[in-house]
Amino acid sequence: MASIGLTVLYGFGGQPQIEGALIFVALGGISLGLILWGKHLMPQGPFVEEREPMHSSPEEREAFALDFFQSEEGIKRRTFLGRALLAALGALGVAAIFPIRSLGPAPGTSLFRTAWRKGSRLVRSDGTAVTAQDVQVGGLLTVFPEGHVDAADSQTVLIRVDPNGFRPLPGRESWSPEGYLAYSKICTHAGCPVGLYEQASNRLFCPCHQSVFDVLRGAEPTAGPATRPLPQLPLEVDGSGYLRAQSDFDEPVGPGFWNDGGNRRP
Amino acid sequence: MITKRIARWFDDRLRASSFAHHALNKVFPDDWSFMLGEIALYAFVVLVLTGTFLTFFFEPSSRQIVYHGSYAPLRGVSMSEAYASVLRISFDVRGGLVFRQMHHWAADLFVAAIVAHMMRIFFTGAFRRPREINWIIGVTLLLLGIFNGFTGYSMPDDLLSGTGLRIAYSIALSIPFAGTWIAFLVFGGEFPAQDIIRRLLIVHIMIMPALLAGLIVAHLAILWHQKHSQFPGPGRTETNVVGSKLFPTYTAKSLGLFFGITAVLGAMGGLLQINPVWLYGPFKAQAVSSPAQPDWYLGWLEGALRLFPSWEIRAFGHSIPNPFFPAVVLPTFTFGMLYAWPFLEAHFAADREEHQLLNRPRDHPLRTAIGTMAFTFYALLLLAGSNDIIAKALRVPVNGVTWVLRILALTLPVLVALVAFRSMKALRESEAPGLLHVPWSAFRHRSQRAESDRSKAELGSRR
Repeated sequence: MASIGLTVLYGFGGQPQIEGALIFVALGGISLGLILWGKHLMPQGPFVEEREPMHSSPEEREAFALDFFQSEEGIKRRTFLGRALLAALGALGVAAIFPIRSLGPAPGTSLFRTAWRKGSRLVRSDGTAVTAQDVQVGGLLTVFPEGHVDAADSQTVLIRVDPNGFRPLPGRESWSPEGYLAYSKICTHAGCPVGLYEQASNRLFCPCHQSVFDVLRGAEPTAGPATRPLPQLPLEVDGSGYLRAQSDFDEPVGPGFWNDGGNRRP
Repeated sequence: MITKRIARWFDDRLRASSFAHHALNKVFPDDWSFMLGEIALYAFVVLVLTGTFLTFFFEPSSRQIVYHGSYAPLRGVSMSEAYASVLRISFDVRGGLVFRQMHHWAADLFVAAIVAHMMRIFFTGAFRRPREINWIIGVTLLLLGIFNGFTGYSMPDDLLSGTGLRIAYSIALSIPFAGTWIAFLVFGGEFPAQDIIRRLLIVHIMIMPALLAGLIVAHLAILWHQKHSQFPGPGRTETNVVGSKLFPTYTAKSLGLFFGITAVLGAMGGLLQINPVWLYGPFKAQAVSSPAQPDWYLGWLEGALRLFPSWEIRAFGHSIPNPFFPAVVLPTFTFGMLYAWPFLEAHFAADREEHQLLNRPRDHPLRTAIGTMAFTFYALLLLAGSNDIIAKALRVPVNGVTWVLRILALTLPVLVALVAFRSMKALRESEAPGLLHVPWSAFRHRSQRAESDRSKAELGSRR
């Protein structure tokens, strides 16, 4: 019955809830029938079957050993042939590495660089440039270098803080004009976008593993598993009021890797 | 009549009667807990059937297009062809959403049944000689099942699956020496690279299913050959099997189970929403869905990533980043221990005998204690994978939840192990039918009994 219903329903375009219910009734009916059949109408045990030991008899083992080793004894210089075979297979294995190499480009310096360059204008994801008037104190914007809004490794959070209550880190005094701070948006733990900003405490949260970064202290991690601060992008305001990058990030963005320098700020 | 003629036709060509006679009369022991592995098997069958259907409609492409399908809220939104094809399966293909959700639920059930089955095997000592090979195959099936679950839910290219891939990429990067190369070769470049979805599909529908199917066949063939183990009881010995015959009783019940599981999965696929990718939206590199939890079988890894303290190794211009420890070392250790367990136990218990009769958990208090300890630890990690949701529900700071779970993860398993160890000893010594029937005295007077055992053993050896 339900199977017929299902067929009709398909014909008329279907509706997931009813489809699911009909599948349940149709298959469940068959299931119930089979189980009741098995439980009540079929021969009930217990039946007993003997179990042989898992190992073979000594004669069988002996016979196998004779077959296996005798056939090899006929061949002279067995070790030499064996080594030749191993060498051939090894060479084939090495040769097989080269096609695998085509699966991806060499890492090279790509993890050390982003699309930010000296003088890159900050633009929103729709490509419009950001001026120094665009963000209120306490506001946040996700920005990219102009012409590279699809460069995932260049995504950056632009936050404006009150310049009076903020003291830049030594060496970064000129990086934050008019209270504009820009940090890489890629979490240094596992690479998620650090998207949540709590204005009252000036902290950035990563929604994936709950790392917390202190915006006023160079995006230093204060809680969660992250070990490294978010890299900071040095900013400047040009003559027309547009925000620009002074350079690329001075360290690799995103999660750590083996040869990432290891000497980034603690 | 006609069946007889068909049977004759085949027997004339295959001489199959003798084998079939033995096969149909093969005896399988009855116990509800022996059904867990069957559930996993039938979940796999459902996965293959529903998955094949989905393959006809899925488009493994990262090419960006503008959506014009029937789901109104996303019309005009730019998205990958992969994501658009999943929307099409969900809204335009007949029965598509039901089969998609059945497939997802079946994957969750598949791994859950494997874990339950594995725990049954562990606590009853069914992994002991001669069944070590099947234990190894079983652990491999668990590993492949988890991995293929991940490749499956990473393919739709929605915001949640993109987050999972991003974390997987970061974990690959964290591997010492070769991490950057591994990540670049697997993903085809720096994240998010274009090739990954096609590669996921090939792994998900060709390589993994072939391996899984092959190993399942081997698992069953070895089970068949070795004959199923059984619990001790009247008339049951190390050299016999007591139970139902394969045909017709066992076959009917087992087929009934298959239809029952498919029925339940069908109902879940139709009535219970899972992975509603249209709500998450398409993947965008600068966005993330929150809260973001993986499917349950990867929750323990997610929890480990969240609980592991902010610590890593940095020296001589190189680093071993934080995710390496919870997400590479921990799983390697976990599966290493699982693979090694039958051999470790055989070594430390000095027991290399063949066992066809199963243990009850009480027969081996130390094993039971270690098993419950591991279970508690991974359950806590799974819980920690949702620390943000717990914090929100309890209205407490997430950092506090993390710290409580860190402390619990290190203390509670030990506590549970101690309780399990003492209760199993008490159970064994009082010979009570269940834990609730154990008199309190059994917990206290454990030493007397042990001493009398020892003196008996001494007497025996003197004789």
